Amino acid sequence: MTEPVVVARGITRRFGPKTAVDTVDLRIERGQIYGFLGPNGSGKTTLMRMLTGILRPSEGEALVLGVRLPGNAEPLKQQIGYMTQTFSHYRDMTVLENLRFCADIYGLTARERRARLDELLQIHDLTEQAHQMAGSLSGGQRQRLALAAAVLHRPRLLFLDEPTSAVDPESRRAFWEQLFDLVDDGASIIVSTHFMDEAERCHRIAILDHGRKRADGPPPRLMRDLDANVVEVEGGNLRLFKRDLDGRPGIMSTAQIGERLRVLVEKSIGDPAAHVRKAGKLALNVRCEVVRPNLEDVFVSATRRAVREGAA
Amino acid sequence: MTSLRRIWAILRKELVQLRRDRTTAALILMIPQIQLILFGYAINTNVRHIPVAVVDQSRTGLSRALIQMVEATQVVDVTLRLPTVQEARRAVRASRVRAVLILPPDLDARVARSPAANMGQPDSTEFASARPVGQWIVDASDTMVAGAIKGLRLMPLAELFRQPPNRQVPTCEVALFSNPEQRTEVNVVPGLVGIILTMTMIMFTSAAIVRERERGNMEMLINTPVRPIELMLGKIVPYMGIGLVQMAIILSLGHVLFNVPVAGSLWVLLAITLLFILASLSLGLVFSTFAKSQLQAMQLTVFVLLPSILLSGFMFPYDGMPKPAQWIANVLPATHLMTMIRGVVLRDAWIEDLAGGMIWMGGFAALGLLVATLRFRKRLD
Ligand SMILES: Nc1ncnc2c1ncn2[C@@H]1O[C@H](COP(=O)(O)OP(=O)(O)OP(=O)(O)O)[C@@H](O)[C@H]1O
Ligand SMILES: [Mg+2]
Repeated sequence: MTEPVVVARGITRRFGPKTAVDTVDLRIERGQIYGFLGPNGSGKTTLMRMLTGILRPSEGEALVLGVRLPGNAEPLKQQIGYMTQTFSHYRDMTVLENLRFCADIYGLTARERRARLDELLQIHDLTEQAHQMAGSLSGGQRQRLALAAAVLHRPRLLFLDEPTSAVDPESRRAFWEQLFDLVDDGASIIVSTHFMDEAERCHRIAILDHGRKRADGPPPRLMRDLDANVVEVEGGNLRLFKRDLDGRPGIMSTAQIGERLRVLVEKSIGDPAAHVRKAGKLALNVRCEVVRPNLEDVFVSATRRAVREGAA
Repeated sequence: MTSLRRIWAILRKELVQLRRDRTTAALILMIPQIQLILFGYAINTNVRHIPVAVVDQSRTGLSRALIQMVEATQVVDVTLRLPTVQEARRAVRASRVRAVLILPPDLDARVARSPAANMGQPDSTEFASARPVGQWIVDASDTMVAGAIKGLRLMPLAELFRQPPNRQVPTCEVALFSNPEQRTEVNVVPGLVGIILTMTMIMFTSAAIVRERERGNMEMLINTPVRPIELMLGKIVPYMGIGLVQMAIILSLGHVLFNVPVAGSLWVLLAITLLFILASLSLGLVFSTFAKSQLQAMQLTVFVLLPSILLSGFMFPYDGMPKPAQWIANVLPATHLMTMIRGVVLRDAWIEDLAGGMIWMGGFAALGLLVATLRFRKRLD
């Protein structure tokens, strides 16, 4: 059993009175894609910055690739790649110039560099844009450049902060294929996202909310172990049902998704479908059945608990 | 080896970005030329052609001759003739003229009794009754103008009567060394190298780190293995070349336009300018680690630029300043450059003559680089 790439204990970061990351414990195994799933402002970026050593934790500590943080993070730099949330390469330089700059900074020799840059342009489908200014690239192309630059020196651990926020589903799929290729080559990846479908592709995820870790584990297990039943309602006046159901005992949340209303019912309720039918005063012709939970349900249930705790 | 490659990478990056920034690149070349032409022609401490008014109350041949004589000095130009003293005062207040010459109605009598006219030896009683021939009312807010007109106070009047002037026997002979024709440009051209380099060098590097931050490149940069000292050196070296180019522009234009050739060794010139460039660049880097925005960096640059113009000896003689001002001036690299570069360009000073200043500037540069490197943290907080 190899040791984990990241172990964090009680890691906390405060900005003045605000706690951006609150006593988070993490254990990330080698060769995995680990996702941070959380809404805006939940502390994903702050957590990543602490793990790369560019932000000091207010409390707690982490061991990243055997390097203790807080502490001298320099030994880490050559072994990690970091793709920032906002594009951080030079907009007034071409794709090739940017990559070349990174290659030199990471100390690739001239021969290594030439081969590697050709390869990267190929893999990330940037050959046509090689001599285009980075600032004039489309959002997706820009993110491909950022990924190419982040993996250029073959890091053992890769941090990707919302790497596909500007990417269409087709490209996102291709992007993830590349991530799996990297993992296949022995890298470990930490990726933050607020897309459910993206989180579902990770080996394991941690759900973050208001700086706290609410749940973690492989997505299928999180869905299986969900502390609630999911009932789907179809037909009739969904807006009306929603109004009737919201706030009723045993109903955790309701969300309309197109033609359907998705209702989270507490685990303690014996027959969730009947409970919803009764509480929502549904007509007989309205379909109402228990379905398999998805990751969004897990997310809603995990963050909802936070709201209740916060209110208490 | 890796270190060199990283410095090279930063350096290349800076040059590529500079090349893309056409306006800045053009300004680097244009600023020294325009400033040189501007200052070379404009700055002149030999004051001439000051506009003055005349109130001639005597209206005699003598008064007209006197006015002609005053004009012949070229220090003043009579641009106004006014009937009354009141009107003359108003003209001074309104800045239409800088001074007024008042010739009283009894001018002829006063001239006759004046010792300046050299009409025989005045005895002591007569000396007491001798009164000045005319009066100057001067707007003395500009001390240089006032000084020039004060110089007219002692004008000998003997020439008025076609007599040889009272030959004054000088106590000392003055040999004008290195600028015999007393041309201001000779002092201005080499000094301008210091001023322009202070401005461009500090400005470039004071924005160097801030710009990475403002454009959002810093987070990427601090996640790479680049060392602070490599970053600093990579940002300094390209501008050293630019500084030398600017110096070359100023001095060669100075030679062509203002006839100020470089008397001393070009190697010595290169050495002192490089040291000065290094000192200015490292000062800019230190600013860059303090400033939170490019605007702040700019303000810090001006904070140094103004005293560099006013206290360094560029405009006013260093030796004439009060002690505390000299202490401040001594901290500025520009002050040391001013002395040294004038030494090399005008007096063929050699390395030994300049050792003190060179050591000081080298120390300044090293200290600045050290402070900037230590202050630069590869962290966001
Ligand atoms: N430098 C800072 N100073 C003050 N507050 C900060 C700073 N950086 C982050 N925060 C705060 O910390 C919280 C977490 O921010 P963070 O950027 O980590 O969220 P995030 O999960 O990455 O959000 P997003 O999905 O929008 O990127 C936010 O409330 C933010 O306002
Ligand atoms: Mg973020």
